[in-house]
Amino acid sequence: MNILVCIKQVPDMESRFKVNGTGDWYDEADLAYRMNEYDEYAVEQAVQLKEQLGNQPEITVLSIGADRVGEALKKALAMGCDKAVQVQDNDSARKDPWQIANIIAAFAADKHFDVIFTGMQSQDRGSAQVGVTVAELLGHNCASTLVGFEFADGVVTAKRELEGGVKSVVKVPVPALVTCQLGLNVPRYPTLPNIMKAKKKELQLVPVANLLKEEAATGTEKLYPPVKSGGGIVLEGDLSDVADRLLGILKEKTTVMK
Amino acid sequence: MKALLVCEQREGKLLDTSYELVAFAERLGAEVSLVLVGKEAQAPKVTGKLYLADADKYGEYNPELHKHIVVAAVLKENPDYIIFPHSSYGWDLAPRVAATLRVGQVSEVVNIVDGKFEVSLCNGKLRRTVTPKGARAVLTVQAGAFNYAGQLSGSPQVEAIEITQGSSPLQFVGYEPAEKKEVDLGRAEIIVSAGRGVGKKENVAVIADLAKAFGGELGASRPVVDAGWVGHSHQVGTTGQTVSPKLYVACGISGAIQHLAGMKKSDFIVAINKDKEAPISEAADVMVVADVLQLAPVLAEKLRAA
Ligand SMILES: Cc1cc2nc3c(=O)[nH]c(=O)nc-3n(C[C@H](O)[C@H](O)[C@H](O)COP(=O)(O)OP(=O)(O)OC[C@H]3O[C@@H](n4cnc5c(N)ncnc54)[C@H](O)[C@@H]3O)c2cc1C
Ligand SMILES: Nc1ncnc2c1ncn2[C@@H]1O[C@H](COP(=O)(O)O)[C@@H](O)[C@H]1O
Repeated sequence: MNILVCIKQVPDMESRFKVNGTGDWYDEADLAYRMNEYDEYAVEQAVQLKEQLGNQPEITVLSIGADRVGEALKKALAMGCDKAVQVQDNDSARKDPWQIANIIAAFAADKHFDVIFTGMQSQDRGSAQVGVTVAELLGHNCASTLVGFEFADGVVTAKRELEGGVKSVVKVPVPALVTCQLGLNVPRYPTLPNIMKAKKKELQLVPVANLLKEEAATGTEKLYPPVKSGGGIVLEGDLSDVADRLLGILKEKTTVMK
Repeated sequence: MKALLVCEQREGKLLDTSYELVAFAERLGAEVSLVLVGKEAQAPKVTGKLYLADADKYGEYNPELHKHIVVAAVLKENPDYIIFPHSSYGWDLAPRVAATLRVGQVSEVVNIVDGKFEVSLCNGKLRRTVTPKGARAVLTVQAGAFNYAGQLSGSPQVEAIEITQGSSPLQFVGYEPAEKKEVDLGRAEIIVSAGRGVGKKENVAVIADLAKAFGGELGASRPVVDAGWVGHSHQVGTTGQTVSPKLYVACGISGAIQHLAGMKKSDFIVAINKDKEAPISEAADVMVVADVLQLAPVLAEKLRAA
């Protein structure tokens, strides 16, 4: 059995974002990067599936991006993936979801992956498209937004999250692609011995031009911070003073303070 | 300009997001047709053509078949835009339709700016305008971003739609209802919610104590629930509870759209966050820039003394 996990490296969402010089993306300098949160659940689920199947399957973890994505790939290897593939692309942030999906599908086309895991969405761009589109391009069965995953006899039993706490259960025969939602499992922390082991695992480099044959289907015109509605009061400074001012405002403006 | 709106129903009920699509199409100035896999009784009460496929035959949820149904409607109608709600139904189905038609998709549109589609990124800290390249495109529309103010009195002109595919390998087993609530946040007058910013499980007690000092209930953002720090019934947001208390205090919560959707109708919103730029500041009446673990005990003490 062959498993593929697709991971994206994204900026820490607590960063201060600045618009870049050309006004069409955020400035990528001076940002701290990490593995897309949703993809951590994807990696964990892949490793759990491998463990369930007696460590038989091989897990390939793939990321498209500049050399810094090596860090995210290493983390996935330390969590239990077997080999890593970096599709080298310094301009991956500007590829649209259609192109990213086509790159992944081109890589996967001849490799017979039985189960492919992706995140439900990326935290920076958040299109929630890439996973489902990869499944379409490969002709794999697909279920999205998983909060439950079980596997038996070549069939994934997926619990999909709907709105308002309702879930639905779907059976998906392999080859299957699933997109992982927050809370699907508890992603493990890599242990030191596993971090050491990960250093010896294979990292394959593939130039993006070998895989990408498609033009973008959408383009970003302009990027900007949201227009501030600006009504709110901002309180800063000494804690006791801030607390007093806050309580004063609540007494004045709400009816809940007796 | 023509728009085909993909409506959604669940367990025999048309979902309100279907009307939000109508509102969006009005903003676009598009001529509207609709498609629904459901029953005639659930037809949206608007005028326009409705392509109706039978849910008994094609399933409540079978995205493979639903995809072919939408594509069949597209071939009949020739729309410029095929529009879905950005919901568990829409984000699952839209990319399948876009890939089949080989057209671009713009996800989670929040606004139309100078005729271009505005979407949010980086947890709401940035916006961008996106333009599809081809003549036709798939869009998904953020829930709650467009409100339908029109009358619900129209009746669509129904045309049955059939496809040749009768089955798919995907098997829908059934629904699992939402967990029983231990706390009914919907009735609370004051809610004080803990977010990931509280750092660890032990610290939730600090926020719970503040909630108590206010005489309110404890709410939470999703990561706090996912990590098992509090039960699911405390979760506020699209996949938790929708609340509208007189006072909502968000402690260490960044203000992701799915959280905001659950609490933005509160009468008065206070955010306590160490990041002044956190998107929650947009929704907050008062933004307190502080370490919530330090401020909460001070605040609780003053409340008790008052
Ligand atoms: C389909 C879907 C449904 C979802 N449904 C929900 C839902 O129902 N409810 C929900 O909440 N989320 C939901 N989410 C998740 C949502 O997108 C966000 O991931 C989540 O709301 C983030 O929670 P948070 O604000 O607590 O954490 P973060 O985004 O990590 O924010 C933590 C905040 O705490 C601040 N902070 C850190 N330390 C401190 C400190 N010491 N003092 C003060 N501030 C501090 C940081 O500045 C930051 O702003 C959903 C996501 C998806 C895709
Ligand atoms: N650059 C990338 N490299 C590898 N996987 C990616 C990349 N971008 C997106 N993905 C995968 O696709 C999922 C959905 O991304 P998106 O459609 O951008 O929201 C992510 O959670 C990843 O699993």
